[in-house]
Amino acid sequence: MNQSQESTGPILTTDGIPLKVSLKKAERINKIRAFLLVLPLLAFILITFLVPIGDMLARSVDDRQINTVFPKTFEVYKKWDRQGLPSEEVYKTIFFELKNSEGYAVGKASTRMNYSKSGWKSLLKKSKRKFKKIEEGPYKEQMIAIDKKWGDPEYWLAIGQMVDPTTMGYYLNAVDLKYDSSKNIVQQKENRRIYNKTWIKTFKVSLLVTLFCLLLGYPISYLLATLPMKYSNLLMICVLLPFWTSLLVRTVAWMVMLQQKGVLNNLLVMSNLLADENRFQLMYNQTAVVIVMTQILLPFMVLPLYSVMKTISPTYMRAALNLGASPMHAFYKIYMPNSVPGVSAGCLLVFIIAIGYYITPELVGGKDGQMVGNWIAYHLKTTLNWGLCASLGAILLAMMTVLYWAYNKIVGIENIKLG
Amino acid sequence: MSQKDSFVKFEKVDKSYDGEILVVKDLNLDVPKGEFLTMLGPSGSGKTTVLMMLAGFETPTSGEIYLDGNPISSIPPNKRGIGMVFQNYALFPHMTVKENLAFPLEVRKMEKSEIDEKVGNALAMVELQDFGNRMPLQLSGGQQQRVALARSLVFEPRLVLMDEPLGALDKNLREQMQYEIKHIHEKIGITVVYVTHDQSEALTMSNRIAVFNDGKIQQISSPDILYEKPNSSFVAQFIGENNQLKGKVKSINGENCIVTTESGDDIHALKINVNNNGDGSLISLRPERVAINSSENFENNFDAKVKELIYLGDHIRSRVEVCGNDQFIVKIPNSYKEANLKEGSTVKLSWKAADSRALDLN
Repeated sequence: MNQSQESTGPILTTDGIPLKVSLKKAERINKIRAFLLVLPLLAFILITFLVPIGDMLARSVDDRQINTVFPKTFEVYKKWDRQGLPSEEVYKTIFFELKNSEGYAVGKASTRMNYSKSGWKSLLKKSKRKFKKIEEGPYKEQMIAIDKKWGDPEYWLAIGQMVDPTTMGYYLNAVDLKYDSSKNIVQQKENRRIYNKTWIKTFKVSLLVTLFCLLLGYPISYLLATLPMKYSNLLMICVLLPFWTSLLVRTVAWMVMLQQKGVLNNLLVMSNLLADENRFQLMYNQTAVVIVMTQILLPFMVLPLYSVMKTISPTYMRAALNLGASPMHAFYKIYMPNSVPGVSAGCLLVFIIAIGYYITPELVGGKDGQMVGNWIAYHLKTTLNWGLCASLGAILLAMMTVLYWAYNKIVGIENIKLG
Repeated sequence: MSQKDSFVKFEKVDKSYDGEILVVKDLNLDVPKGEFLTMLGPSGSGKTTVLMMLAGFETPTSGEIYLDGNPISSIPPNKRGIGMVFQNYALFPHMTVKENLAFPLEVRKMEKSEIDEKVGNALAMVELQDFGNRMPLQLSGGQQQRVALARSLVFEPRLVLMDEPLGALDKNLREQMQYEIKHIHEKIGITVVYVTHDQSEALTMSNRIAVFNDGKIQQISSPDILYEKPNSSFVAQFIGENNQLKGKVKSINGENCIVTTESGDDIHALKINVNNNGDGSLISLRPERVAINSSENFENNFDAKVKELIYLGDHIRSRVEVCGNDQFIVKIPNSYKEANLKEGSTVKLSWKAADSRALDLN
């Protein structure tokens, strides 16, 4: 007994195994069991969340779809000095690769080539049809004869953007920039600059929605947290009621409310507060988006606020009053600082949901109210420009990460409380 | 007690929350300056409501409360200048100990240097000089309690209210804090109104104790009188250990009376609040006032059967059956050599008529 206490070696269990080893062994089985319990969810998240995000990030820079259609062309293209027109060899290679390629593959490739220089798509389509008649070289002159675009160096220089298997082109596009024919980064043409405006609009709408949710949600949450149980339960049901109604139904209801011949305007006109010709334009613009999204996202503000406020003991306020503070001062100095975790959780939650919102701007936003999410949907469904979708999404993700990081620095993530 | 003596005065105060039940009924109470008054009672007896009315968090339904001669019912709590220690301390969790203590001074717009000095003194008073920069949650329960105490005193209020401030502490700490609060009270001479349901706490600290039950003060007097001369069976039962013998009044003779128990034994007792022959009565008798096998001449002598003996170190607690009551407790000091008792043996119990009080049957 005495001896073992004096020895400086690791502490041993009764059977002489080092304590740490023994502890690890005893805990291993628990760890395995815990891991098995979370495994299904882990797999689910991996397959449905992490893999798609990884795929999206890859797509946003991926530029290989064209390389698979014209691999040999790119090999010989790389030798070109980018002066004048390419050599006969380049013309010959692309001639055969185009002639022998599958139609749908050319379609995909030409879509991508069109992003670099519009006109490629029609050129390839037309050429593939006419190439059938050409039997032997030299090919350069015959191709230029089919379409004089083949003789335009601009088109050949545009291919240069696609040589690398990766590109920043989609990201540039997402912030109204592009490569020019000599691969310099320049601004988009005036009439094609749409994304920067959309980004600013998206931020503005999200911030406004967050602000209004906070302004409306804070007093309600305070009331919920301080009222006696029987009233607060009823009020809580009123707050949660929108959750039980379909998002579409609510949005359409707002359309009925807000349109020019809608309930709100009619009431104002009927009560002579508003002249018939001055009806408010509340629908199909940003105002509509902010109003409707505030209503839809309000519970996401109220719930974290309420759960935090519920934990603030009413005796704090009593103590502050007792110590001589006026009710306003006590509220400002004692209650509000203690509700900060709820405020920050609610704001972050509402902002994150708002910034990626799609359905409401789509339905009530009109042309003026479109947000980034709507452009993503548009490119995903209509133009099939998935690379641009991915880069828009990735920028959104990066912004949220930066915001989250800044929030952690300023407020501290451990201060967040969702329930 | 003249008007001048009463620093806090409750005059015919009633309080009801729902308009159906009165939680405080016709309360009249005077607290002289510098007194340590404890309101003692079971939960739901209305004592905390009285305290809350005094602090201003509840308004009396009728009647008026005076502080230093002025009615205060219409003064909001933040203008009353009354310190309060809350049940769970209510220390502001987002402020350090110093900031907590400085809060009442800052709202009074004091100079920074004056605040620092007062906060320092307050911390010294509760011996927490080294803890000023800690957050409340980093302190132990006892330390939090002391900070709460210091905060209630730092702005030099005229009156301090304490709402079961020691309820959350363990037994040893509670006893220690009782003495500390008592000493601070003696040192600065402030008026204290203290609420508790713990009778030993009340007995230790108070100048006077008001025993509450059912919204009314049952008895208000100094601890010794309350213990030795309870004037109702509720008070006798609530304060200290108490033997009760139930019976009917047989005869009344001036200050004294004779009560016959159901077993037919006649007990000589002091007449406290029984009035007529034939009334039901509970006789209250403190266990330590009963002698065993004594040769002295007492008015009451009965044979009793020992049912149970419990060894408690300094004394032996014995449960005996006497006059038809088998829950009768006698405390036998351990030094009492003759009391060589065995369970099942018969002993002679005797006590004075002056120690047995014939009270109401409630």
